[in-house]
Amino acid sequence: MNWTRKDLIAIQDLQPEEIVHILDTALTFEEVGQRDVKKVPALRGKTMVNLFIEPSTRTRTSFELAAHRLSADVVNIMATASSITKGETLKDTALNLQALHADIIVIRHSSAGAAKFLADRLDVSVINAGDGAHEHPTQALLDAFTIRQKKGRIAGLNVTILGDILYSRVARSNIHLLTKLGARVTLAGPSTLVPRVFEQLGCRVCYNVEEAIADADVINLLRIQHERQRQTMFPSIGEYATIFGLTKERFARTKPDALIMHPGPINRGVEIDSDLADCKRSVILQQVSHGLAVRMAVLYLCASVQPVEEAA
Amino acid sequence: MDRALTRMAHEIVERSEDIGKIALVGIQGGGVRLAQRLAAKLQEITGKAVPCGMLDITMHRDDLSLRKKPPVARQTNIQFDVTGKHIIFVDDVLYTGRSTRAAMSEITDFGRPARIQLAVLVDRGHRELPIRADFVGKNIPTSKEQKVRVLAEEVIVE
Repeated sequence: MNWTRKDLIAIQDLQPEEIVHILDTALTFEEVGQRDVKKVPALRGKTMVNLFIEPSTRTRTSFELAAHRLSADVVNIMATASSITKGETLKDTALNLQALHADIIVIRHSSAGAAKFLADRLDVSVINAGDGAHEHPTQALLDAFTIRQKKGRIAGLNVTILGDILYSRVARSNIHLLTKLGARVTLAGPSTLVPRVFEQLGCRVCYNVEEAIADADVINLLRIQHERQRQTMFPSIGEYATIFGLTKERFARTKPDALIMHPGPINRGVEIDSDLADCKRSVILQQVSHGLAVRMAVLYLCASVQPVEEAA
Repeated sequence: MDRALTRMAHEIVERSEDIGKIALVGIQGGGVRLAQRLAAKLQEITGKAVPCGMLDITMHRDDLSLRKKPPVARQTNIQFDVTGKHIIFVDDVLYTGRSTRAAMSEITDFGRPARIQLAVLVDRGHRELPIRADFVGKNIPTSKEQKVRVLAEEVIVE
């Protein structure tokens, strides 16, 4: 497999072989994380900029640590502490970063398409760390890496994504990735947050939680994205927890080896029962560890592709 | 090829003052199978199991930034403590010496070996670094335009 992309914008763009290649490469980096010296010189001399126009702790930290472990230098730019508050456009901010010889820009933005906007205009590698409700490709990749480690495969598995699908970029990236690799995806949650149009992406849509998780090999829970909801989508948090939350009673009636996943941050007692979040079948913290290996793989692959010379 | 490996195994035993400290590390991808075969031969001769691992040197290559596309990374698996060991790298072909340099810098991330040696099935010359093999299966003088391909079970020279 020849990796030829300098950018990672969306899972939707990728061929199944490319997804598998990232996951295989991440295995190499998983091993690096278990060494005494958890660092390799692969990206020595390269500079990665974390351009986070929307707040994030876990993704930013994960990218930062991944870059450090590849021996790259890291600069963090937060929206509140940058010239963006002084009226500079995204394009100008990015052009300035390119002029400083940055090699990789990792961007998180509240507008869908922000990463593609930059990738189309810059020579540097652009990695999407979440753009609006569009995609969050590295989250889907680390979820897939976790499923592969735990279940040995992805094809043929039943994966239920439960929660706020409408406003979730994690859901969209996961749907694309899982269907490309041959899993059966079920979406569940309140009908206001799980519209039927998602069936066009090849998913089953289900409004009854018990039914949605009965045959699931993996249950991926999503947080309610209050920050993106412009109106009230369901009566109350308490009602949501009662009707759609993963409770002990509901979980007891699933397959005995069903896994609980969650991209974080978790809201204990809302989408997930607090004890379930800490139980043996919950792999939430392993997802975080795997995120490091997956992001190292993405940075290594994209940053090692030289810009294509103008065709002769 | 089997005769060459047998002779190399005997040379390793002959020149080692403490067989118990020896550990083999196959360099991905051509060295891995050879290291396993060599480890089996050492066990035949000495009656003791010899630790055997594999090392992927991709991330330590000195030409990563010169390449158009990222080389495929493979598995590293070293299940023993490297510190104090007499490490013997095993590779199929010794050419420029750059893989060996990468392997030397990478293995020190696992610990501090007491000694590092190099065993290769084929030495084809054209070194670009001050590196030489301690155990050689066969010297094959080549030109830089030629390619040497080694199959782990038998040798084909093109």
